[in-house]
Amino acid sequence: MALLHTVNKSPFESNTFDTCLGLAKDGSTILLIEDGVYAATTGHSVAEKIKNASGISFAVLGPDLQARGLEGKLADGIKVVDYEGFVTLVTEHDAVQSWL
Amino acid sequence: MSVKKFMYVNRKAPYGTIYALESLEVVLIGAAFDQDVSLAFIGDGVYQLTKGQNTEAIGQKNFSPTYSALGDYDVNKIYVEKESLEERGLTLDDLQHLVWEDEDDDWAEKDSIRLVSRAELADVLDEQDIILSF
Amino acid sequence: MKISIQVNEGPYQHEASDTAYQFTKAALAAGHEIFRVFFYHDGVNNATRLAVPPQDDRNISAQWSELAKENNLDMVVCIAAAQRRGIMDPDEAKRQGLDADNIAEGFRISGLGQLIEAGIESDRLVVFGD
Repeated sequence: MALLHTVNKSPFESNTFDTCLGLAKDGSTILLIEDGVYAATTGHSVAEKIKNASGISFAVLGPDLQARGLEGKLADGIKVVDYEGFVTLVTEHDAVQSWL
Repeated sequence: MSVKKFMYVNRKAPYGTIYALESLEVVLIGAAFDQDVSLAFIGDGVYQLTKGQNTEAIGQKNFSPTYSALGDYDVNKIYVEKESLEERGLTLDDLQHLVWEDEDDDWAEKDSIRLVSRAELADVLDEQDIILSF
Repeated sequence: MKISIQVNEGPYQHEASDTAYQFTKAALAAGHEIFRVFFYHDGVNNATRLAVPPQDDRNISAQWSELAKENNLDMVVCIAAAQRRGIMDPDEAKRQGLDADNIAEGFRISGLGQLIEAGIESDRLVVFGD
């Protein structure tokens, strides 16, 4: 079993990202959407956490990243997906946990 | 109809927003569908289970007594994340004592709340078929 | 694959309904079946036909209605959450003795059992909210 987790809050405003990271098992994927995409950029402590979570795959919803003007600040190792890619991630994992 | 593992994830405190109350309404309706149901209380969600809630002065309905009725609906797997309690300066004693009667064990009264570590809860989440988040 | 969607937030205030809409559209385009879209909490407010956003903005409830029409989507609004927030179909308005209804085309009001059923019948349930 592998879960797809979605996070839609800025890591600087809420502990949702940390909660998700704490409960995500190796082999799962964390998809950053909406205000969650702020975790996907470089130059802050959250980027370190992502880099150190080697057993977990990270993805970010491109349209949300573009909307916020941050495409050029994307950290390495995070896969950019569009809505079609979001759907594919949902089908490739066994269940979806949205960290609301 | 097939039986699936349904998990309700509660991460929000009661009264400040309506999520906790309306989540509980889903759990009560869902109980009629004979699925394998679990509830998880994580982060501020643990505040939903505190005892001694009194909402008289804020003019909202106190729905906390409903949690103690969940056992009668065969909803008896209530996972509370240990770290979330500790981070908030709470212990199990601050929460309602939730029980259910085990019909396969001469109706013995058993605890519904399972205090689990973050790692244990991660395993429980991982087993679910359907996760409803509120 | 059979997918169901849960929308927990109202339109405009939060991006959840937009994301849910884009996701649903993409899932349909990829050939998946959307078993049901269930609107809960403030998400029921997506079902009003009386919203009039500025002309240069998207009309979220109209977008949902159109998507439902094109794809024969089952869009269900939770009755308990809808009653609290004043989302009414003609039958319910009549039953409550109200002078108006406001539900948009393609939405129907029904019970929470429809959400549980969606979970049972679908391969995946994806929740969008705050």
